[in-house]
Amino acid sequence: MLRKLLIAVAMVAGAAQPLFAADATSDPKAEFKAFRDYFTNRFPKVALDDFVNGPYSMDEGLRKQWKAIDEFPPYDFAIDKGKQMFETPFKNGKSYGDCFPNKGIGVRQDYPQFDAKSGQVITLDMALNQCREANGEKPFDYTKDDMAALTAYMAFTSRGKPMNIKIPDDPRALAAYTKGKQYFYTRRGQLNFSCASCHVQNPGNHIRTEVLAPALGIMNAMPIYRSAWGGMGTTSRRLRTCNSQVRGVPLPGESEEYRNVEYYLSYMANGLPISGPGTRP
Amino acid sequence: MASTIRVRAIASGDATQVQALISHPMDSGFVKDSKGQLIPAHHIDVVEFEHAGKVVFTCLWGPAVSKDPYVKFSFKGGKKGDDLKVSWVDNKGQSDSSVAKIQ
Amino acid sequence: MNEFSRAPHQTRRTILKGAVGLAALGLGAGGALTSAHAAADAKAWPDKAFTAKGEADALKALYGKTGEPSDKVNLDAPEIAENGAVVPIAVASTLPNVTGIAILVLENPNTLAAAYKIPEGTEASVASRLKMAKTSKVMAVVESGGKLFTATKEVKVTVGGCGG
Repeated sequence: MLRKLLIAVAMVAGAAQPLFAADATSDPKAEFKAFRDYFTNRFPKVALDDFVNGPYSMDEGLRKQWKAIDEFPPYDFAIDKGKQMFETPFKNGKSYGDCFPNKGIGVRQDYPQFDAKSGQVITLDMALNQCREANGEKPFDYTKDDMAALTAYMAFTSRGKPMNIKIPDDPRALAAYTKGKQYFYTRRGQLNFSCASCHVQNPGNHIRTEVLAPALGIMNAMPIYRSAWGGMGTTSRRLRTCNSQVRGVPLPGESEEYRNVEYYLSYMANGLPISGPGTRP
Repeated sequence: MASTIRVRAIASGDATQVQALISHPMDSGFVKDSKGQLIPAHHIDVVEFEHAGKVVFTCLWGPAVSKDPYVKFSFKGGKKGDDLKVSWVDNKGQSDSSVAKIQ
Repeated sequence: MNEFSRAPHQTRRTILKGAVGLAALGLGAGGALTSAHAAADAKAWPDKAFTAKGEADALKALYGKTGEPSDKVNLDAPEIAENGAVVPIAVASTLPNVTGIAILVLENPNTLAAAYKIPEGTEASVASRLKMAKTSKVMAVVESGGKLFTATKEVKVTVGGCGG
């Protein structure tokens, strides 16, 4: 435990070592605690639940503008569209609610989940497309507006609920978590940044014009209405943009790597409230 | 067809606070599309708020108003249950209007 | 994209019938029309004010006069805009007999961003969200008792709001 904290401190000092040894073993419970302690120690004035607000938990000026816009946010239209889509039955008469527990209302915080049958991590976006295909409908593009609106509505019905990610006692689940963790800490792209370079080493600092969000709770606001996009975008869209921003190759939406890193980051945020759909610069 | 206008009108004491969010691209005419062609200006010109037959607020908007425009203002009078009518017209002559109940 | 009904000339006139105060804003209908605006709209929308460059020209076109600074005009705008496409700006004033509020972004391609008509019984305050092309002074203008009073604040913009 102390060793892991020391590695964390070394990382803050600019060392190139990953926060945790990138080997095949993982101890999710211990890593969860070390991850949380790193952020709460670095930002003692930030309330635990506030980390899910990304850059707004780090910068007062940005926070004030966010609050002004959140009073009546432009993503209200996307939520309306998502609700309408969610409530419209498929051609075969069934609807999204039939594919999920509790008719799909208030379930977002349970995703991603490890699916024993297929041996892979299923995100909410993927579960929605699986539902569509099982009912004779074409899947949505993971990076476009339809999926963004649908997941915005589902996130909205889960607002405030604590993130609730499970790693079952299955070596394949642990492997997916480990792969997600490794993806997060691996450098890539011409700029040679890992996700951690920005979101663990530099939350609250600027990169060009943006204030970096902390990795703790970074998935809780998804999907997000970005000012830069002038609209709502999916998790996949944002991850692809992150890859492009470090001059790396963006992966196709909901690639195994993206699903695994979402699994890892969401597990790290267990207990923190769903704040989605969110707004971001 | 869903309305483009979302309104929250809340009466408190002798005043009513109104917030409106309107779905509209508010294209400024300065932005190019992926082919390098200018997207023509398409923005709301006038928004009117009416209560009890009287106009209580008028917005004159240009291309510098943000996409999915928002406005907040307050007027005296108006009580819970009253109607508040909101209408807009844009530079292409398109329009929409909606009646909301004051809460 | 939303579908709106195409408003016939008459319906739009009916909508704007109640806005008697538009004349009080000193809006002239004459002059060349920008091709982007339907001819029927010309009388109601002050196109010359919205295409004017510079504070003096915009205010003269809109109100027929220019203004002077006043500490009774309160302008709330961020120091550094998160994104120039959506900058939340609020104006309020304790001046008496306020009939109009306007917001100018001095470095924008067109200076006048928005104008509001305040009839009697409506509070002298408005909040809106505006686009800023780049770092610029933002000016709030309040028409009170037939005169114009202003407050100015610089807003830094790192990501411009006009695209590109």
